[in-house]
Amino acid sequence: MDLFEYQARDIFEKHGVPVLGGVVATTPEEAREGAEKLGGGTVVVKAQVKTGGRGKAGGVKLAHSPEETAEKAGEILGMDIKGHTVHRVMIAQGAKIAEEFYFSVLLDRSNRNYLAMCSVEGGVEIEQLAVERPEALARIAVDPAVGIDEAKAAEIVDAAGFAADIKDKVAEVIQGLWTVFKAEDATLVEVNPLVKTEDGEIIALDGKVTLDENAGFRHPEHAELEDSAAADPLEAKAKENDLNYVKLDGEVGIIGNGAGLVMSTLDVVAYAGERHGGVKPANFLDIGGGANAQVMANGLDVILNDAQVKSVFVNVFGGITACDEVANGIVGALDILGDEASKPLVVRLDGNNVELGRQILTERNHPLVTLADTMDGGADLAAAKAAAAA
Amino acid sequence: MSIYLNQDSKIIVQGITGGMGAKHTALMLDSGAQIVGGVNARKAGTTVQHKDASGADVTLPVYGTVKEAMAETGADVSVVFVPPAFTKDAAIEAIDAGIGLLVVITEGVPVQDTAEVWTYLQGKETRMIGPNCPGIITPGESLAGITPHTITGKGPIGLVSKSGTLTYQMMYELGDLGFSTAIGIGGDPIVGTTHIDALEAFENDPETKAIVMIGEIGGDAEERAAAYIKEHVTKPVVGYVAGFTAPEGKTMGHAGAIVSGSSGTAAAKKEALEAVGVKVGKTPSETADLMREILTSL
Repeated sequence: MDLFEYQARDIFEKHGVPVLGGVVATTPEEAREGAEKLGGGTVVVKAQVKTGGRGKAGGVKLAHSPEETAEKAGEILGMDIKGHTVHRVMIAQGAKIAEEFYFSVLLDRSNRNYLAMCSVEGGVEIEQLAVERPEALARIAVDPAVGIDEAKAAEIVDAAGFAADIKDKVAEVIQGLWTVFKAEDATLVEVNPLVKTEDGEIIALDGKVTLDENAGFRHPEHAELEDSAAADPLEAKAKENDLNYVKLDGEVGIIGNGAGLVMSTLDVVAYAGERHGGVKPANFLDIGGGANAQVMANGLDVILNDAQVKSVFVNVFGGITACDEVANGIVGALDILGDEASKPLVVRLDGNNVELGRQILTERNHPLVTLADTMDGGADLAAAKAAAAA
Repeated sequence: MSIYLNQDSKIIVQGITGGMGAKHTALMLDSGAQIVGGVNARKAGTTVQHKDASGADVTLPVYGTVKEAMAETGADVSVVFVPPAFTKDAAIEAIDAGIGLLVVITEGVPVQDTAEVWTYLQGKETRMIGPNCPGIITPGESLAGITPHTITGKGPIGLVSKSGTLTYQMMYELGDLGFSTAIGIGGDPIVGTTHIDALEAFENDPETKAIVMIGEIGGDAEERAAAYIKEHVTKPVVGYVAGFTAPEGKTMGHAGAIVSGSSGTAAAKKEALEAVGVKVGKTPSETADLMREILTSL
């Protein structure tokens, strides 16, 4: 889960990383109050969106009074930045910046450890710096068993080439950012820019944090950081039922078990769609391992509520999942929906308890349900039915 | 021959008394695997009842620690079904006990826990498969995991995949030919055994004549595997990559399966594999056809 800048700022503050005062606002009036809370002086109004390039898009503006803050907030709220609607702004205290640096610590999948990256040339596009002047970006491996202790922090600031007078201060902030990474179960903590103010203070001015959702059981408070406003209504409904669902732009609803098989099913349906009027998969929905009839019914409910969906392809290869449970889920969901169910379902079952699963569907003999023998055949049939209904 | 797991493997189950552990202990026994006991500190000294492949009753002892279970049974493989919050400790316990093969089925393990386990097992004798994986099957010999053992039998193909259900699908598509060993390495950002590890083992396994490698969007594991194949693999490899139609920036279930920017896309992976002579199928069935062609021509 990616956090907004204001959420990252709050988490930094919680772990003692120096940040500037900042208040989040969803209306111009709240923005005015925020500016007053920060002392009524110069502030920066910053769009809160989970994408880069907001400065260039006009999403960051200076304001010199609470009135001007409200005005600028009014301009920024509702803006569209690379497809992200701005629902919130952060009112941030102004700072007199002397120098800008860069720091991040992240999961390094390839080396199966963590990687710290640091540069005395911050405030720029770091991807660009890494390509154009790789020597300016220090990359130091971090041992997951040790983390960034005093010695590692010293190694990082030395490698980045910080001036002697601020080295120790920067190293201390870096250790604080490591604490954030570790204590919050993050997979990324990035500060760009990390700044030195004219007073010689080191401050994390803008932060990006990605949290590991698998670690949610250790952090019940992380649930509140979820951005419910941004979620598609069908995605929100799926989430309520703990379904792994992603809404896509297409006509063939997809339900399967296992992320790999579902992704593969999307591909096979998309290829089949090329032969049937260009219909596409409408969603990704993985009912997961060991799904029971209720989970199957919940999944079907989400998909049948997608107005764009014209047909549904259920593709299950039972390993942990039993095919009879899947079949019972389909039958149960159709019985509950009754006349409301009007979209054709193509069902392909294989694996654990497949005979029983097919038998349940054959005996129920529902007019909307067709059994398919293979994944390719099922995808083709579902695409054809969607094209016919479109 | 096979890789990592064979008929002599003696398997214990960490979490044997839990719902998942019990269910899959039964299925593993049904496959003919030698399950010799289980571990649960709170139920040490008790037993669990199951049936073996011939339908005969089997009484399995439950031990308090992996170390004790290994000493009493001679186990060299452990399959972990404990919940995510306890997986790190269970893995470290097994590594400390010196288990040879550690198969972590558990889904939803925090990635920092896995990073710490991976760091911990450096220089130790344990090979870890997973987490968040279906485990490993050597058809007709043994099963350490949750792969249905009834899909197909022994044969000349080695299979390595991130995804469980795609492993099953591919075994089904190639059911007429059979497999030496099929290993699901798991879809998490950090896993104990990689595509490259499995490729190396299959290359050295005389029973394996050809290899199917299944990948999916996200990360660069497939690209790295391609570079490895170029230098070290002489056996024919057929590839499949899931997620050609996945949109950028969306997580597709597996923590690893997220595409951002140009790297990590299915197209980039296909290109990298084809550049080193690996034939890549567009769908599981097409991939199976490519494999069938290759095996017929050998």
